[in-house]
Amino acid sequence: MVPLSYYLVLSGFLFACGVAGFLIKRNVITIFMSIELMLNGVNLSFVAFAAHWQALAGQVFVFFVMVVAAAEAAVGLAIIIAVYRTRETLNVDQVNLLKL
Amino acid sequence: MNFHLILFLAFGAVCVGGAVNLLAQRHPINSALSLIAVMAALAGEYLLLGAEFVAAVQVIVYAGAIMVLFVFVIMLLNAGEEEHTHGSRVAILLGVPGMLTGSVLMAWVVLEHSGTESVAIGALPGHPTDIAQLLFHDFLLPFEVTSVLILIAIMGAVVLASKPESSARKAE
Repeated sequence: MVPLSYYLVLSGFLFACGVAGFLIKRNVITIFMSIELMLNGVNLSFVAFAAHWQALAGQVFVFFVMVVAAAEAAVGLAIIIAVYRTRETLNVDQVNLLKL
Repeated sequence: MNFHLILFLAFGAVCVGGAVNLLAQRHPINSALSLIAVMAALAGEYLLLGAEFVAAVQVIVYAGAIMVLFVFVIMLLNAGEEEHTHGSRVAILLGVPGMLTGSVLMAWVVLEHSGTESVAIGALPGHPTDIAQLLFHDFLLPFEVTSVLILIAIMGAVVLASKPESSARKAE
């Protein structure tokens, strides 16, 4: 038997790592992966609460979160490719102008 | 210390180690591989909670499809090690202690004050039939809307990643 709070602590730590990676990292792909880490942390708390309250809707929400993450990954990586094509860099510090 | 707790701690240790490794590594491909480890360990946690469907989808969609996309883009763009700039040093100096303080504070609040009872192993009645009933009956409209979302995402990705028309003409 594992207390629900252990799951919440793990999920919160994953989310905190995602936030830290988002702020610290300078490579746009790694920043994107940090966002995925945050989504995973949220998913874990969804499933843990679903188990706690015996409510299956939590699992369906996880499914929707995954669909949105997949769509976001596809569009985001396409944007990264388009940015790289015009600027030849992945460093976010050097991508600071909307206009070329 | 029971078997369930040991399994939880083992998977949790892989999760935490992978997440920290994602921050520590400087080459994006190493970060991507540690993120895959995090996702696989999270699938184990879902299995412990009894959510077999979510665990399977986690492995197939997240660790499989999405991370393959990431690794593909990293290799396509030939991403090298990131260089540290002044802004990133400031972010590390402020961000890492901030993250640690935030997580410790949150863990303390949750552990001390939540007062939640334990979750048994396989606690969720997560039979795929029940999930299908929810997904295709109760949540039918959101489910259909996500299909539109995916379609738009596909078209957006194709439009964004394809070569701009003018340069394609020049190449001809």
